[in-house]
Amino acid sequence: MFIQSIKMALKSIMSNKMRSFLTMLGVIIGVFSLVVLVSLVTGATGSITDSINELGTDQIDVDISDVRGVPISLEELRTDIASIESVKAVAPQTYGVGEVTSMTKSVRAVAIGTTPELAEIQGIKLEAGRFFMNPDLDNNTNVIVVSHELAVDVVGRSDCVGETVKLGGRSFTIIGVMEKQSNSMMMLMMGTPYRAYMPYTTLVRLIPGKDMSVWSFSVSAVDDLDQAEKDIQEYMIRRFPGDEEGYSIYNESQISDQMGKITGILSILLGGIAGISLLVGGIGIMNIMLVSVTERTREIGIRKAIGARPSVIMLQFLIEAIVLSVMGCLIGIGFSWLAMQLINMIGKVSFGLSPVVVIVAVLFSMGVGVVFGLYPAKKASAMKPIDALRFN
Amino acid sequence: MIVFKDICKTYIMGDEQVHALDHANIHIKQGEFVSIIGPSGSGKSTLMNIMGCLDTASSGEYYLDGMPIERYSEKALAKIRNKKIGFIFQSFNLISTMTAEENVELPLIYQGVRASERKARVKEALEMVDLYSRRGHTPNQMSGGQQQRVAIARAMAAKPSLFLADEPTGNLDSATGKQIMSIFKELNKQGNTIVLITHDDSVACQAQRSIRIMDGKVSDIAYDENGEQVAPMRGGTV
Repeated sequence: MFIQSIKMALKSIMSNKMRSFLTMLGVIIGVFSLVVLVSLVTGATGSITDSINELGTDQIDVDISDVRGVPISLEELRTDIASIESVKAVAPQTYGVGEVTSMTKSVRAVAIGTTPELAEIQGIKLEAGRFFMNPDLDNNTNVIVVSHELAVDVVGRSDCVGETVKLGGRSFTIIGVMEKQSNSMMMLMMGTPYRAYMPYTTLVRLIPGKDMSVWSFSVSAVDDLDQAEKDIQEYMIRRFPGDEEGYSIYNESQISDQMGKITGILSILLGGIAGISLLVGGIGIMNIMLVSVTERTREIGIRKAIGARPSVIMLQFLIEAIVLSVMGCLIGIGFSWLAMQLINMIGKVSFGLSPVVVIVAVLFSMGVGVVFGLYPAKKASAMKPIDALRFN
Repeated sequence: MIVFKDICKTYIMGDEQVHALDHANIHIKQGEFVSIIGPSGSGKSTLMNIMGCLDTASSGEYYLDGMPIERYSEKALAKIRNKKIGFIFQSFNLISTMTAEENVELPLIYQGVRASERKARVKEALEMVDLYSRRGHTPNQMSGGQQQRVAIARAMAAKPSLFLADEPTGNLDSATGKQIMSIFKELNKQGNTIVLITHDDSVACQAQRSIRIMDGKVSDIAYDENGEQVAPMRGGTV
């Protein structure tokens, strides 16, 4: 009986194609916007989360901005953290901005003065050459490690180890080139893909009076992140008593969590708006089902006269409403898939349909079919056969 | 097989009460071919609706195959209509979006008959009315006579105990009407009970017995084999 009802529903939907399509259009648009919006947010969230994870979730940054200008020294920190079990290494980060120029080209880049430990802490990968080492630090040598983009855009190629570029009026030898990074997060944080790492001793000489204010810590184990943060916090309280404003501690997982919260809210918000348009589609279905019940009053009468039980009539119209909305849903998902392909092609990204939202869309549109089909179906099933037969 | 005991049906039209059926007593035996004749407004449609379990009486008792119809729910009545009654209407009442075959199959689907058996019974019924070759046609591709034959096939396929025909020849020309009547006679010969409602004496006299209805009251006439009136009976109980 169930299969028969589906067949009958398909038949009556097919017998009035234009109307059926227009009825479905509401659901199609609703599902389309739901699936595309949520898939986009999910896809974007995924790539942002990946970027954050690439930065290293085992990294804790401490920003020390002591107004009295007595920043902590590297030696002091190194000695102190040796006794903190959860913290593995520390490296300073000092930033400067300047023109990096070759014979022919010049770009504005961020120069980062640090120690060799940063390469490990941030997981910096090189495609050529090496990161600088302690002797470079001690001799404040003019060596730099440049980002792939910087190498390509200034020198003209990425295998440029040994080449010389100018920065701040001095000549620097390129000793390493970083791997090309798809990492949009790093770009977001730095504001530029052009980065050059050098010994902090060199940078301090380049920009006199520059303090080391940001310290990056790596933790012994990823699971110890919270413990390490606590330990660093305690250390800072001891080190800067009564000056809680003097430092702030960040870790990447906090950024990750924040990001997750924001995109979660965004998904719900956009999904909610799309869901409302699906509801509107449902009202369209109800409207047309009511028209259909009235139009087919005589058919209902005939069916009842030859022995259709009220529940059978009810099922027939209910299934018709569900089939309408689920068909609309599937068409909507099809269109969403096409749209995602188009977005991927144009935006050079690889966002897929979020399987969760596809399932949600199917279930939701089924629900819409049931809820908005119920009243018209009930109306059809409650007709008295004799009245329905007399209807012309 | 059909017993009407003091059946009354009263409608309220505005402030007025209309007695569509007034203490009707009818008795129809298994295998009989009975016509119910009366002018329009005489109450014969009401009679047919009650007999066909499409409507219930205001008072009185109706037994179909010994079942007290007024005690059943709409769900149960649907089942009774499905299994026991084969309707043939003046306006054919086929479903216009379905083919002849699908129309004939529909009551069998409601009976829950298996697909293979449905197919066989649809074929048998359509062959009986000589329309199997047109099984794929929809009603609007067929003449009135053909549509009525499909409707008869639909009634037949369900193997009902009662064929209830409401002015089956009313919308047809006389030649086609004769054809339809001969199918009814054939069905009756096979032992089926047929009740035929008409306002046309020439149609009514082809039955073995006529029940005349006038202003909601019934009386009985019997015919011999030549269609001659044998003995008019008194009104009331038959």
